[in-house]
Order: sequence, then structure tokens, then C-alpha cells
Amino acid sequence: MAEVVGAILLAVITLYAIFGGADFGGGFWDLVAGGDRRGRAPRDLIDEAITPVWETNHMWLIFALVIFWTAFPDAFASVMTAAALPIWLAVLGIVLRGAGFAFRAEARRLSAQRALGATFALSSLLTPFFMGTVIGGIAAGQIPADATSASRSSWTGTTSLLTGLLFVGACAYLAAVYLIGEAARRDDHHLEVYFTRRAQASGVVTGALSFATLLALHSSNPTLFDRLTGRAFPLVIVGEAAGLGALAFLLTGRRRGLRVLAALGVAAVLWGWGVAQYPTLLPGTGITLTNAGAPHATLVALVVLFGVVVLLVAPSVLLLFSLQGRRRLVGGDAEGTVLAPWPLPGTLPLSGTPLSGAQPLQGSVRSQRASSDRTDAGGRAAPVVLLVVLLVVGALVSAVTRLARRVGPVAARRRT
Amino acid sequence: MVAAAAGAGSEVLPARVQMATTLGFHIILACMGIAFPTVVLVAEFIGRRRSDETALLLARRWSQAMGVLVAVGAITGTVLSFEMGLLWPGLMRQYGAVLGLPFGVEGLFFFLEAIFTAIYLYGWRRLPGWAHFWTGVPIAVSGIGGAMSVVAVNSWMNQPGGFTEQAGRIVAVNPWQVFFNHAAAYEMPHMIIAAYMVTGFMVASVYAVGILRGRRNRYHYTGFAIPFVLAAALTPFQLLVGDTAARSIASDQPVKFASMEYVARTGSDVPEYIGGIFVNGRVYGGLKIPGMDSLLVGFSTDTRVVGWESVPAAERPPAPWLLHLAFNAMVGLGTLLLLTGLWALVVWWRHRRLPRQRLFWLLAVVGGPAAIAAMESGWVVTEVGRQPWVVYGLLTTADAATTSGGVVGTLSIIVALYAVLGAATIVILRTMARRWRSSETQQPTVPYGPPPGPPSQPLSKVGT
Ligand code: HDD
Ligand code: HEM
Ligand code: HEM
Repeated sequence: MAEVVGAILLAVITLYAIFGGADFGGGFWDLVAGGDRRGRAPRDLIDEAITPVWETNHMWLIFALVIFWTAFPDAFASVMTAAALPIWLAVLGIVLRGAGFAFRAEARRLSAQRALGATFALSSLLTPFFMGTVIGGIAAGQIPADATSASRSSWTGTTSLLTGLLFVGACAYLAAVYLIGEAARRDDHHLEVYFTRRAQASGVVTGALSFATLLALHSSNPTLFDRLTGRAFPLVIVGEAAGLGALAFLLTGRRRGLRVLAALGVAAVLWGWGVAQYPTLLPGTGITLTNAGAPHATLVALVVLFGVVVLLVAPSVLLLFSLQGRRRLVGGDAEGTVLAPWPLPGTLPLSGTPLSGAQPLQGSVRSQRASSDRTDAGGRAAPVVLLVVLLVVGALVSAVTRLARRVGPVAARRRT
Repeated sequence: MVAAAAGAGSEVLPARVQMATTLGFHIILACMGIAFPTVVLVAEFIGRRRSDETALLLARRWSQAMGVLVAVGAITGTVLSFEMGLLWPGLMRQYGAVLGLPFGVEGLFFFLEAIFTAIYLYGWRRLPGWAHFWTGVPIAVSGIGGAMSVVAVNSWMNQPGGFTEQAGRIVAVNPWQVFFNHAAAYEMPHMIIAAYMVTGFMVASVYAVGILRGRRNRYHYTGFAIPFVLAAALTPFQLLVGDTAARSIASDQPVKFASMEYVARTGSDVPEYIGGIFVNGRVYGGLKIPGMDSLLVGFSTDTRVVGWESVPAAERPPAPWLLHLAFNAMVGLGTLLLLTGLWALVVWWRHRRLPRQRLFWLLAVVGGPAAIAAMESGWVVTEVGRQPWVVYGLLTTADAATTSGGVVGTLSIIVALYAVLGAATIVILRTMARRWRSSETQQPTVPYGPPPGPPSQPLSKVGT
């Protein structure tokens, strides 16, 4: 069971890296986009692409944390104690970034917007870097079991620092690749080229960084290195191949499958790490997946919970992304938010109503094109998804209350 | 264990202050996250059902404010998640496998909440009619589910159960009993109603200010009435649940109750104090009602109430006066809110309109802050009253706290950061309100924000 939960944890981390990481990468490109005028177009694109989805993507992090501390409390407590400083810095980045991002859209004065924008962008570097150093520290075996004090070595080794840089690079790379698609969807050829170039550059840098990190592991944790070139080698190869393939796509201008390849590359590296480390949780200590603290029932409950999450969240996320992809989700304007044409008797909810010309939309010409030339299969599924989600939640709530009544408020507590 | 608590390590106090600061801040936004979607949905429902453009306009504007509040709620909540490990590794090491499960359920609900919030907020313009309304319903449902899960953790810390511990390790867990522990029965409804009260009275407050300033129009009256009615209708239930809570605590956590009510020695015919400060073994000031406390606990003055002297000093919560005054404040403010609601009800009954007296509107303005103050006081009672335990009777706060050092530093940064965050949130909300009022439509040309477009049409045209 512990193995299953370990795999789930790694899967959630992967999802966070692929989705949340790209949001951080967006901040990176925002940071380097240049002055007000020059940087305006890419910033607008980044803004529009991230605003509706960053909170959802962020939730994978919360899930990873919760699974970590529930299933492997001993390892969790040790990491949180030994690596407290870099984790605090990562948290600082999360706060600043979220705040900058949330307020920027509403702030009116240019100077305020600049300050908030800079906060958002700068802090987008903080979080991936310091999370990277912690992961690097774990991989290098720098987190002691039963840690009782913060240790500098847990995150300042060569492996740690390189992993930090690698994370920043990977986030930027993913973001650039995704943004190419966003630009293409808006028929903005200029931005497409803009981000293609950046994706190429960051792809090369990230590839180089991953090699450097591997080399650093050779001296900091030879066992892990051996396994990475041994049992986990197929995954490393997949990662390399996906990275090179994506680069080839970028050079030849092929779009289809590019995002998948890029995400696959990042995922393969993470899973390579997981497989190489298995079954150890904190290398250099005796803490493994099975002895890190949680009893069987907790692990089973986590697996069940994750099943429910997949059942409920997956269709909802797909709905969100499909609406976002078809540019159904747009920000407000001075009048609060503007309504869709209403009431529209006889239209299927969400079913891709062609936007009426009279609609007071900003940039409505562009969006009409974007949404009317597709048959919105995803849109028609929306009410069904909603219904299923509601039904499952309702069933869960009623089952839970019924069971609770049967179990009663007994506080069974045995101490030996 | 208890000895360790007495000679509390240097990190314990700053860690507690930091936890209290961050939680006290998050909880306000959490209330908005739990109840604001419902308020907005009610407005949207009225708007669509009755083709009431004022209500619809309110719903749209409120959801814009909700967007900001939810984002700040997500950020501060994330800080809390990290703090569980960064500040309380001892708690997580020992009981992470138990209290982690409700947190997992919380994660599920907040996930749904985040997704549908995004769809709802950004879907106003391009999702047609009722479909848009329905995308809001899961937000309201998952807000309640999320609140239940987090409060499950907190109530479990007050009444731990549902697990077996052997030689210091958790060997078995019963998730149902963890989630629906003994204290959950009152904490969950009490918190959720509190969230609706805070949100309702707070939003109503804003419009009451406008009305007092002379903006007596349909827009302001509607903006006041929708949240106010919702909150005022729940207030009596809140007082009932609170009363139940107090009685449960008298039997389950007697020392906490003794500190709340200034009961030093166990006995019957115990007096009730309203106000008053306890120092050097005496109560100064305040109103003393003989026998009342026993009466409230067991419906008879003969009821025995346990005093705090039944346990050694090291196992009592610090500063009974803080608990007592916080408890009094919560009950007092709750009663004030109840009276405000009753006033409106009576006038409605007689005249089918809202009261005209200035005093009523002043009360309505105070209502929002009062609800927040009541809620924060309630948390002080719960959390400080649990001291010196973090998990009641099992693990002391001192044993749970981090030993990695530097908490004074993080505390200072957090306080400064949250001050700015809070101020910025208020400034942004006020900017929005001002913008709505002047109904200006031209966006400045800026690097951040959507491209300038044609000014939006007046609503009346959109609706046709
Ligand atoms: C709008 C807010 C509000 C109002 C008007 C009240 N409460 Fe409350 N109270 C809360 C908001 C709150 C809270 C902040 O939500 C708490 C903290 C923990 C909890 O579950 O609810 C709470 C806790 C709390 C506790 C402690 C629970 C514990 O320690 O586990 C008691 C005994 C009461 N309440 C009792 C009352 C009584 C007797 C009230 C009025 C007659 C009352 N409350 C009104
Ligand atoms: C349901 C979620 C909550 C959890 C899991 C939780 C958990 C904790 C923990 C672990 C501590 C530190 C240990 C201790 O001092 O006992 C603490 C302390 C504290 N919390 Fe909570 N808490 C919750 C809700 C709240 C809320 C909403 C508030 C709002 C004000 C609050 C106010 C405090 C205060 C004032 C302390 C310090 C107590 C003292 O130092 O005497 N808590 N809480
Ligand atoms: C009684 C106490 C609490 C209540 C009622 C509560 C409720 C909520 C609600 C409703 C939200 C949704 C965000 C919003 O809409 O503003 C939220 C966000 C969050 N809360 Fe709390 N919370 C409490 C305490 C805590 C504690 C103790 C933790 C962690 C240890 C926590 C972690 C989080 C996290 C991680 C989020 C972010 C979810 C997101 O990204 O959307 N909360 N909380």
C-alpha cells in the first residue's frame, strides 16, 4: 500500500510540476519581457493564459503536501525541520506571487501595476529555485532522520543548488512551450515566434542543467547515480528523447504534440528520480516508504481519497481547461463583469453559442473567430460533468452522515 | 511532557503567535470563501428569476470582489499548510497520519472550489444564462465541505479519537471517527454558520454605510437586504449551537470551561460572571449572577461544575481573563446581532419595509466588524483554552513546536507581510467600489491588464 501512495505522491508532484511549474515559468518570462511597451504583448498573453487557472494548478501543491504529511509523517517532519529556511523562502515566493498576481489585474495606477507585476515576476523565481534546492537536498541524502534543527547543508550543496536552477529552467521551458500554443490559438504569429525562440533557448539550458545535476549526483549520492544509470535508465532515456524530440519540433516549427513531449520530458525525469530512489524516502537514512510512519488504514484511506479526487477533479479540470482553451473564460472590465447574452431561450448551456455581434466584448472580433469555428463537444459535456460532480458530492455527503450516525460520536482511544 | 511545557522552549511562544496571526487572518477570508459564493448565487438567482437587473449587477460586482478575496484566501491557506510542518513538526510526526486525512478531504473540496470559482468568475461574459448560475453551485457546496474538513481537524485536536497508539506510534486509524469526532458535532455547524454571518453582515455593512451617506436607492437597498437577511436568519441558530457547544465543553474539556467562566474550585451553585478581570485569585469588576453558571450547564443550580484547581497549574490554560472576556465578547456580540435582526424583522412585519431609524443603520454598519470580532473571539476561546495541549490530553504545544530556530524572524516577516497584504486587499476592494460608483469605463493603457476595447454598453441593453 505504501508503494501505491508513494506513486500517487509522485504523480501529484508531477502534475504540480507540469501545470503549476508552467505558471511559475510564466512569471519568469514576464520578468524578462522588457519595458512597458516592448513587454506588453507577451505580458498580456501570459496574463490571459494564467489568470483563470493558476489557483487550480496551485492545488496540486496542497495535495502533495497533505499526502506527504499523512502518509510519511516522519519524513515530512524531518524535511520541514532540516530544510526550514529554503521552504520558508519558497513560501514567501508563493505569497508574493499570488498577491502580486491577484492584485495586479485590479490595480489601476500604472506605477502600482508595475510594482505588483515585478513582485509577481520576481517571486516566480524564488519558489521553484528553493523547492528545487530542497528536492536536490533530499536526493543528495542531506536530510537526516529525526532532524531536530535546521541544517545549512540540507540545501546548499552543489546538487541542491543545481537542482534549484534546473527547476527554474524547467518551469521557464514548459511555460514557453505552452505559450507558443496560446499564441497560435490567437493567430498571433509574432508572439509564436517570440516564444518559440525562448523555448529553444530554455530547452537547451535546461538540458544542460539536468546533465550537470546528474554529474553532481555522481559525487554526492553515488548509489542514486548508479540507479539512475541502472534501473531507472529507461526513464532517463525517455526524458532525454522527449527533450530532444521537443527541440526538434521547435526547430522545424511542428506544433502538434509539442506540449505533450515537453511535459513528458519533465515527467520522465521526475519518475526517473522516484524509481532510482525506491524504496528509500530520504536517502542516507533508514526511512523508507514502508516505515515512515502511517498505519495501513491511513494509507488505504488516502488511496480511496485519491480515487475520489480523480473521479471528481479530473472531469472538472478538463472542463476548466476546455473552456479556457476555447477562450470562454475572460476577465472583467470596469463594470464588474459583463454578461453573456441573456436570456437566450433554447440555447444549450455552454454549447458554443456564437457570440452575437452586439456583445460588448473587449477584443470580441478575435474571440468570435476563436470560438465559432469549432464544434464544441467539450462544451456540450459541461452540464453532464456538473451533474455528475454534484451527484457524487451529494452521495458522499449523505453516505458520510449516515455512516457517522452509525459509528456515533465515540472517541475510541487506546493508549498502551 | 508537562515539565517541558512549563519551561517552554524559546520557539514555542513565537510559533504560537505566528500560528495565531496567520490563522486569524486566513479565517476572515475563509469565511468569505465559504459563504460569499452563496450570497452571490442568491443575487444571481433573484436577478435571473425576476429579471431584476439590479440584483444581477450586484452579483456581477460581488463576484469580482470575490475573485480577489478567494485569491488572498488561497495564498494565506497555503502558508498555513506549510506552517503545519514548519512550526509544528512534532505534531505532524506524531499525529500526521491521523489528522492528515481530513486535510486530504479538505484538499478535494478546495480543488473543486478553485476550479468552479474560476469557471464562474471568468464565465460571466461568455457562459449563457442559467448555465453560468449552475457553475456556481459546486462552489457553495464545496466551500461547506471544505470548512467541515478543516474544522474536523481542529475539533479532533480538541477531542482526539479514532486511533490506536502503541509505544508512541499510531498503529490503527478509523477515518470516520477521526472526521466525526466528539467535538465536530458542534464545531462544524458553529463555524459554518459563523462564516455565513461574517460574510452576510460584512457585505451588508458596506451598503449600510452607503445608505447612511445618503445613497438611498434601490441598488443599495438590494445590496443590503440580500446578505443581511441571510445572516440575520442564521443568527438564532448560531446562538443555539453555541449554547450546545458550551455545555459539551463543560463535560468534555472541563478545565477550558472553568477558565471561560472563572470557576476556580469545583462545586455547585456556581455564579456566572459577565465581564470582570480575574487576577490574584479574585474577580474584579463585572456582574456576578449567583447560581447562574450551574443553571446554564445543567438546568439547575445544584449542578456541579469542575474548577481549574482540579488539575495542576501546568495543565491549565494561561490567562483565564482572556478566555473569559473573549467568551463574553462572542456571546455579547452575537446577542447584539440577534437584536439587530429582530428589529428588522419587527419593522418588516408591521410595515413591509426596512427600518428608517438612524440607530438601526448604525447597528447594521457595526454588524460586519462585530461578526468578525465574535468569530475571532470564538477562536481565541477554542485555541487558547486548549493550552497547554495541542492535542487535548495527549501532546503539549511545547512538544509539538519546531526546534529548527529562527521563528522570531519568520514571525516578524509574516506580520509585516500580512499587514501589507491586508491593506492591499482593502485598497483594491475600495478601488473597485470607487470604479463601480463612477462607472468609468476607460481602462488606462498599461502593460498589465486587458487591451483597451470599446466601452461596455449599459446593462439594460445587454439584457435584451
Ligand atoms: C459569528 C460568530 C459567532 C457568534 C455570534 C457566536 N460564536 Fe461561538 N464561536 C464562533 C463564532 C461565533 C467560532 C469562531 O466560529 C468558534 C471557534 C471554534 C468554533 O468551532 O467556532 C466559536 C466557538 C465557541 C465555543 C468554543 C468551542 C470550543 O472551544 O471547542 C463556545 C463554547 C461557543 N462558541 C459558544 C457560543 C455561544 C454561547 C454564543 C452565543 C450565545 C456564540 N458562541 C456565538
Ligand atoms: C481548523 C483549523 C485550525 C487548526 C488545525 C489549528 C491549529 C493550531 C495549532 C497547531 C496551534 C498551535 C498549538 C497550540 O497553541 O495549541 C494553534 C494555535 C492557535 N490558533 Fe489555531 N487552528 C485552527 C484554527 C484557528 C483559527 C481559525 C484561529 C483564529 C483566530 C486560531 C487561533 C489560534 C490561536 C490564537 C492560537 C494560539 C494559542 C496560544 O498560543 O495560546 N486557530 N492552532
Ligand atoms: C477553521 C478554519 C479554516 C477554515 C474554515 C478554512 C476555510 C477555507 C476556505 C473556505 C478556503 C477557500 C479559499 C477561499 O475561498 O478563500 C480555504 C483555503 C485554504 N485553506 Fe483554509 N480554512 C481554515 C483553516 C485552514 C488551516 C488550518 C489550513 C492548513 C493547515 C488551511 C489551508 C488552506 C489552504 C491550503 C487553502 C487554499 C486552497 C486553494 O488554493 O484554493 N486552512 N480555507
